[in-house]
Amino acid sequence: MKKNLCLVLAAVMLVSIALFGCEKKPTLYVYNWGEYISDGEDGSLDVNKAFEEKYGIKVVYDTFENNEVMYSKIKGGGVKYDVLIPSDYMIERLIAEDMLQKIDFSNVPNYKYIDAKYKKLPYDPNDEYSVPYTVGCIGLIYNKTMVEEPPAGWSALWDARYEKKILMINNPRDAFAIAHSVLGIDYNTTSEADWQAGAAKLKEQKPLVQAYVNDEVFNKMELGEAALAPYYAGDFLTMRDNNENLGFVYPEEGVNTFVDAMCIPKNAANKAAAELYINFMLEPDVGLANAEYIYYASPNTAVVSNPEYSLKDDPIIYPDDASLPKTTIFTNLPTRTLNQMSNLWDEVKLH
Amino acid sequence: MKIPSKIYTALIFIFLYAPIAVMILFSFNSTNSTGLFAGFSLKWYSVLLGNKNIMKALTNTLVLAIASAGISTVVGTAAAVGLDKWKKSWLRSSVMGVTNIPMMNPDIVTGISMMLLFVFMGQIVGRKEILGFQTILIAHITFCLPYVILSVLPKLRQTDVHLAEAAQDLGCTPVRAFFKVVMPAIMPGILTGMLMAFTLSLDDFIISYFTTGPGFQTLPIAIFSMTKKRVKPDMYALSSLIFVVILILLVLTNVAQARGESKRNKKN
Repeated sequence: MKKNLCLVLAAVMLVSIALFGCEKKPTLYVYNWGEYISDGEDGSLDVNKAFEEKYGIKVVYDTFENNEVMYSKIKGGGVKYDVLIPSDYMIERLIAEDMLQKIDFSNVPNYKYIDAKYKKLPYDPNDEYSVPYTVGCIGLIYNKTMVEEPPAGWSALWDARYEKKILMINNPRDAFAIAHSVLGIDYNTTSEADWQAGAAKLKEQKPLVQAYVNDEVFNKMELGEAALAPYYAGDFLTMRDNNENLGFVYPEEGVNTFVDAMCIPKNAANKAAAELYINFMLEPDVGLANAEYIYYASPNTAVVSNPEYSLKDDPIIYPDDASLPKTTIFTNLPTRTLNQMSNLWDEVKLH
Repeated sequence: MKIPSKIYTALIFIFLYAPIAVMILFSFNSTNSTGLFAGFSLKWYSVLLGNKNIMKALTNTLVLAIASAGISTVVGTAAAVGLDKWKKSWLRSSVMGVTNIPMMNPDIVTGISMMLLFVFMGQIVGRKEILGFQTILIAHITFCLPYVILSVLPKLRQTDVHLAEAAQDLGCTPVRAFFKVVMPAIMPGILTGMLMAFTLSLDDFIISYFTTGPGFQTLPIAIFSMTKKRVKPDMYALSSLIFVVILILLVLTNVAQARGESKRNKKN
């Protein structure tokens, strides 16, 4: 009797694993950054709900905190998403590893709104796999009351006068890019000596750094705890809303531009719905709602030229070519360089 | 209580509760700054109620916590009763050692190994993308089980083995004897185990992260994904509400326990 019971229980367990998850209604699975879509707060447009109402497709929306985390989840193989929104260099990596499928652009007529500047970019040179979602630049945020003169370039982050008033970005790719800017080295270099030089520069800076931060930068800059911090232009606008003494400059040595773009993974179950969704995100009013919510620049010309757009012609997120220094997009680095970077970053942090 | 010990106690309470007090204060802030208090408002509470994604994540988290606490309590109690009956102590302690592994293991090891197992099993049964509610539930039950067993076993040791035998002498079936006599005696242990399983499941991030699938995001995962932009004060509002609810629950259970004890004392 006992043995039979055990057998029955074991059978139930196995069957339940096999039976779970049968779908009925058409469903679209979306994987995006956190806080990266207009969600209906304060009377804004709830984009996912609007899509569900328009097309009768249920949207299941999950969020991730950075490209690498997203990659490990997708690469693990246990999940299936229809739309992903990673950044440039990660898209290049996903394409290289054959994890994305080509988008049928005849199903995405709104692609015509995408600014020519954001087409044929190095991570997707033939515009086959991705459609830009947001774009932006990193820059140098400073507190006007704490600096003696407005900084002109990244070298201010090595200025001994601001000892312990400097915040540094806590992610290796961006931190090394800043060091490489000062040294005049290309961000996408694969030379070991260049990365060594970058690490030496970061170690030299370390005694001056108050903290390595991610989103803690918002509090610290708003409260005037630090004088200088590198962060994204769009986020500077949020900080300035809470502290008017903050200023922003595009450092003269050059900056990184990022493009977060929508793409469809190879194992997507519902490619047609994914293309509908991508097209929907490019609708002028949907793009506008997202641009107002996220505060990053939009690659959508219909949004940028919309007179109702509160950030229209904002000199910080839409700088003219004259005020913008050299910009570089990150490319996917070879594994060898990625390993070297993460080892060197550990060395810097432990220095 | 002498004055120094009063001061010491007060300091301990300040260290424990100051962060929560600050968080509750800022949940009433009228701007989105998490550093400057601009004025009192209930804005973030209404934002929170309108935030569909967070509400969904909250429901997911609660469903998961209740289910995994319930199942792991039943399974864990049964396991503890079984273990307690074993005569061979070496066998018992080695089985205990094995069940304790999920507790000793770093979460990241448990998480990744379970993910690999699920994906592997999924391939065998022909469903490659298997991760979802079922897998995260199994994972949570797995890491909650040892805590339930560990809190039930000592209670079983304390109860007199002859109690159940006496009940059977008086005509109870073994099953009835367990529910009538043994279970009431070990109830405090079962409740502790269940509460622990509930809270562990509620705030687990790493194991959940690796074992969940599309459409089943828990609250810790949702909050953690906000760290690129910033965690907005509606999360403070949510955390404050959770804190208050748990506080009320604790006070109620303590009051109920105290009442029960005083009743028992009167009877004696």
